[in-house]
Amino acid sequence: MHCKTLCAMALAVAWCAPLPVRAQDAELGKIREEIRQLKDAYERRIQGLENRLAEAESRAGKAERSAARAETAVAQPGIPAGGENAFNPAISLILQGTAARSSQDPETYRISGFAPSGGEVAPASRGASLGESELVVTANIDPYFRGLLIAALTPENEVEVEEAFFQTLALGHGLTLKGGRFLSGIGYQNEVHQHFWDFQDAPLAYKAFLGGRQNDDGVQLKWVAPTELFIELGAELGRGRSFPSTARSRNAAGAWTLFAHVGGDIGTSTAWRAGLSHLRTSPRDRAFEDVDSLGNPVAQSFSGTSSLWIADFVLKWAPGGNSALTNFKLQGEYFRRSESGALTYDDSTQVVPQFGTPINAGYASRQSGWYLQGVYQFMPRWRFGYRYDRLNFGSVDNGIVANGLGPVGGDFPLLMAGHRPARNTLMFDWSPTEFSRIRLQLASDKSRFGLTDNQALIQYIFSLGAHGAHRF
Amino acid sequence: MKRLLSIAQLALLAAAFPAAAALNVFACTPEWGALATELGGDRVSVYTATTALQDPHRIEARPSLIARARSADLVVCTGAELEIGWLPLVQAQSGNPKIRVGQPGYFEAAGHVPLLERPARIDRSMGDVHPGGNPHVHLDPHNIARIALALGERLAKLDPGETAYYSRRAKIFLDRWREATARWERDAAPLKGASLVVYHRNLTYLIHWLGMREAGSLEPKPGLPPTTAHLSELLASLRQNRARAIVRSAYNDPRAAEWLAERAAIPSIQVPFTVGGSDKAKDLFGLFDDTLARLLAVAQ
Ligand SMILES: [Zn+2]
Repeated sequence: MHCKTLCAMALAVAWCAPLPVRAQDAELGKIREEIRQLKDAYERRIQGLENRLAEAESRAGKAERSAARAETAVAQPGIPAGGENAFNPAISLILQGTAARSSQDPETYRISGFAPSGGEVAPASRGASLGESELVVTANIDPYFRGLLIAALTPENEVEVEEAFFQTLALGHGLTLKGGRFLSGIGYQNEVHQHFWDFQDAPLAYKAFLGGRQNDDGVQLKWVAPTELFIELGAELGRGRSFPSTARSRNAAGAWTLFAHVGGDIGTSTAWRAGLSHLRTSPRDRAFEDVDSLGNPVAQSFSGTSSLWIADFVLKWAPGGNSALTNFKLQGEYFRRSESGALTYDDSTQVVPQFGTPINAGYASRQSGWYLQGVYQFMPRWRFGYRYDRLNFGSVDNGIVANGLGPVGGDFPLLMAGHRPARNTLMFDWSPTEFSRIRLQLASDKSRFGLTDNQALIQYIFSLGAHGAHRF
Repeated sequence: MKRLLSIAQLALLAAAFPAAAALNVFACTPEWGALATELGGDRVSVYTATTALQDPHRIEARPSLIARARSADLVVCTGAELEIGWLPLVQAQSGNPKIRVGQPGYFEAAGHVPLLERPARIDRSMGDVHPGGNPHVHLDPHNIARIALALGERLAKLDPGETAYYSRRAKIFLDRWREATARWERDAAPLKGASLVVYHRNLTYLIHWLGMREAGSLEPKPGLPPTTAHLSELLASLRQNRARAIVRSAYNDPRAAEWLAERAAIPSIQVPFTVGGSDKAKDLFGLFDDTLARLLAVAQ
């Protein structure tokens, strides 16, 4: 009786499937063949189902493991045939550029009151300029590893390796190990690729405390907890190749991080994630240029320890969780950094130096900053956003000044300017598809002591090739 | 005799396995969640990642999905690149090797049915085309039957001690499904030859199954929102060749459909598209019952 109904069904399913009307002749033949194969497989499997049932019944519930047998005959018409380039990695390319105006020269950009990070933190260059073109290549290496390379072609005609890492696929237990050069998991925006940012440039806190972002050479271990609430813990050991650290030749890690993220849903409309991260480095001779109170160049450098805490959150809302029509994203991060060690002041490169020899004394600072931004998609393709940035000078104990070793507060215009940088940014963008975006951005930037920089820019971002997955 | 054996078997089963779910199933969309529930019964605990009110092309790898995928024994998705924007990230970030592509814990529904509309040429100037063919396969009940068979086998493979349990459930479901399919095909006879305007080409398999015709789509190109220019063109062509109805899914914006319906003087209807898309579409049977009822209401 089983056989009758099942076989009848197999036939019904296999034969009633109509053929596509619009297909070309050649394709029609192919599809017919697929349907035939499918029918065979289907019949075999119905038979397998039947056999298993009979067997199970004859053994009165004794478990048996013949299920896998039928699996071997699966026809998979959805999967394309292989070929010479079947194993080629997924490749995509990001093209971007800006046309910008600003009331202050971006070349002289600085954040007064904060040690320069040496990173690419200046606002977009005046006039038309090419942004970084990014080439992304990624694929599974074997069953155990995945690899990714992002090479940035800079407008200065240089190639920079932005990320190049391997990542484990098969550790299990919620563990993932990454090694190479990668964007650190600290904070929220740090791991978001620049072409997915909601504003053209990084928040001031990222510029001041991380030189744009933390992108080190090293290893990362992450663990996702087996809970309904998303809990992710991670740790990184790195070379400390850039600000706030300094690259050094030594047989130990120059920077380490710890981070924890939690997240979940509130109803069907809202998803959130919050995190707490820590970055610890020990920079040696982290040098930068400044001018003394007479306007002559001096070199300053810091050695000691630098410890940064970041608290971050992001919340995304869409009616019914359907972000296609309208959606809103609220994102904020708070940074707190303390540094302690020694500061060196050196004016010996001047023709007639005031002091002539390097002066060295204790130095400690506690500084903070935050930003809050909201982006609203009010109809498909169109979004606007607002971001507020703020940095707090906090407290700086400069032993050179406090102990009366010579230089006074006015000789440290960058480090000692009791200034609270702030910025207001408005953004308006249009994305014809998820592969193209054109953005207008206006900002009033008070990073410099006593100066307001009014900026306006138009930016384009295009992505070609493989469809990358988007981070939350 | 047979009956006695069955009772003995059931008693043995009950003793051996108290009602704890054996498999954690992560379903990408509600139709696969519903199918896994039909086939797995009490032995599966099903989490459905999205709802019928969410556009399946625009899902994000949100933290709750990564957390659920972490403990999943089986991920049941459509495949054919429908989930390409989020699933690879969820798989990679969950640190769960069981659900990687190619593992028994990853099941792609589209791999078990012949796909329609496989593009001969792939170029994004044609819109966000699905390069492997149209992935919205679940609105043809014959596809559901094929996928049910394969999914039943997969569940049995992952929970090998319970092969008989899954075989029995698969048979019960497929018997009911065959009857229902015959009934739907009978009832839907008046729809044969009817032409429909769709929103996105996500009803292709339904149209194809019932021998209907597609008179156009509100999207000018796959994935692009409707534009006035395109709607005006569509309106002009509808004045030449009238369509029976404009059909949109529960997650589509109704405005474009209503704009066109008013001007072309044809009804605009909403179909559930998947389980949960309407009050009546509580399971796969309800989904097809309600979809056909709504189409038949405007077929006269
Ligand atoms: Zn689609």
